[in-house]
Amino acid sequence: MTEFLQLDLAPMLAATLACLACGLLGNLLLLTRQSLLGDAISHAVLPGIVAGFWVSGTRAAAPMVAGAMAAAVGATLLIALVRSRARLEPGAAMGVVFSGFFALGLVLIEVSGAHAVDLDVDCVLYGQLEALIWPAATGPGSLLDPVALAEFPAEAKTLALVLLLILGLLALLWKELRLAAFDPDFARSIGFAPRALSLLVLVMVSVACVAAFWAVGSILVIAALVAPAAIARLLTDAYARQFLLSGAAALAMGAGGYWAAALAPRVLGLDHGLNAAGMMAVTAGLLLVGACLLGRRGPAGRAQRRVAIPVRAPAAAE
Amino acid sequence: MSAEPHPLPVPALSVQHLSVAYHEQPVLWDVSWASPPAGLVAIVGPNGAGKSTLLKAVFDLVPRLSGEVRIFGRPLAEARRRVGYLPQRASVDWDFPATALQVAAMGRYPCAGWFRPLPRAERERARAALAEVDMADLAARQIGQLSGGQQQRVFLARALALEADLYLMDEPFAGVDAATERAIVEVLQRLTREGRTVIAVHHDLATAPQYFAHVLLLNVRAIAAGPMAITFTPENLARTYGGRLSLLEQAVAAAQGGRAGL
Repeated sequence: MTEFLQLDLAPMLAATLACLACGLLGNLLLLTRQSLLGDAISHAVLPGIVAGFWVSGTRAAAPMVAGAMAAAVGATLLIALVRSRARLEPGAAMGVVFSGFFALGLVLIEVSGAHAVDLDVDCVLYGQLEALIWPAATGPGSLLDPVALAEFPAEAKTLALVLLLILGLLALLWKELRLAAFDPDFARSIGFAPRALSLLVLVMVSVACVAAFWAVGSILVIAALVAPAAIARLLTDAYARQFLLSGAAALAMGAGGYWAAALAPRVLGLDHGLNAAGMMAVTAGLLLVGACLLGRRGPAGRAQRRVAIPVRAPAAAE
Repeated sequence: MSAEPHPLPVPALSVQHLSVAYHEQPVLWDVSWASPPAGLVAIVGPNGAGKSTLLKAVFDLVPRLSGEVRIFGRPLAEARRRVGYLPQRASVDWDFPATALQVAAMGRYPCAGWFRPLPRAERERARAALAEVDMADLAARQIGQLSGGQQQRVFLARALALEADLYLMDEPFAGVDAATERAIVEVLQRLTREGRTVIAVHHDLATAPQYFAHVLLLNVRAIAAGPMAITFTPENLARTYGGRLSLLEQAVAAAQGGRAGL
């Protein structure tokens, strides 16, 4: 038990919180068909994180969040610029900009000497869950002991704070975010600033990306952003249930993936652990396959719904 | 209705020297027009004439090169609660996870305000708006499972829920079944009986004189505007539709009151 508290609780919690934070925001990206933008942001923040780390010399959250925000905003503006100047389709503009930013981040890691401390390419790709240990834990009593809790890894605490912030915003702006996601033109016509709302979502996505970065790695942030929302979308057509199911999927992905990676080998008697971030993405993939087969929009659901096929008129766009 | 004391009837909508361009291509050029103070008004013109853009420019949804917009004589910011927008049905993703009632209820958001859930009373008013378009039974239905006509009714219910004095509707009849078309016409007529104004982009030249009392003929510039009977003439339609022969023939046939050519 003490070993679980010392070695597994913090990384498992961090992984789950990261998946929840990204997964809930992922709904707003998926429903506005912007999942690729989440991908772009999760990669584009890397040079900002490295620069923040380089300038401040610590893994303190504030400078890295500031750097990440600057990089995210810079990338978003650059994508808009490439789209309007080069008249490229949005996907191409995003692809060029975010891979460029990500590459710049990798180069910055090499030249800044950050990798000598504890920021290297492996950590960027896979996260650093195993570094989140809680040696102060001496038993279940430590969970209520303020002195021991003060030693609890800061990354997990930051993630908990970010998740609370996201939950708070979702609660406060529940109907506004739904309106802006469904019909931004109508939202604007009645004075509900949809551009400010979508900017807020993008800012929150970059905050979640930075916070989740240490847990699951930059590449797997995209799995956490896209997979839970996609799984939920296959299972429901109701807005509130979409968020609840994506939360459940994120929970299963984070905790289940970590369990499969760290605890399962011990149970099965393997002498080595599996990569936690990798197992989380695999878990999400399996859930997605399951949702595909069982969901309302999968083969089973489609047979039931064949009765009511919506009639679509050709779009009269002007 | 918030009636304002005015010596002369103020146009419900007026635009002055309005110009809009996409990628350096003018879509609207120096359009000046004042709608009648009340009644049903059609905006008619060929594809790409800027009809939808005119409505969007009123709500600042597209950047203007120049021009002013007045709603009951006031700028948009002061008159927002008096004007309602019905966007083209094809402009949103109907696969979005929402019910008919949730969409109609968006028309009550201005009354509910920011940062709080929609009060029950407002939701009931949205339900009443759905009932006005015969959609009460389908309030809980997912919008993706509705037919095109039913989706258009949901959009109309959301507009009605705004309780505006002026409605700008972008192709309210596009792709709807005959029953829905009749239902929408009835709603529009009821709105004008209540003294409200409806300005609608309308594609069907045959039904335009039947449904609408006034018309604005638009093709990048304002070609002609006024009461349907004296404005919707073959000459004006020819000027609006230019050299597009097949359309022109339709237009002339329509103007002569026959549906034969269609």
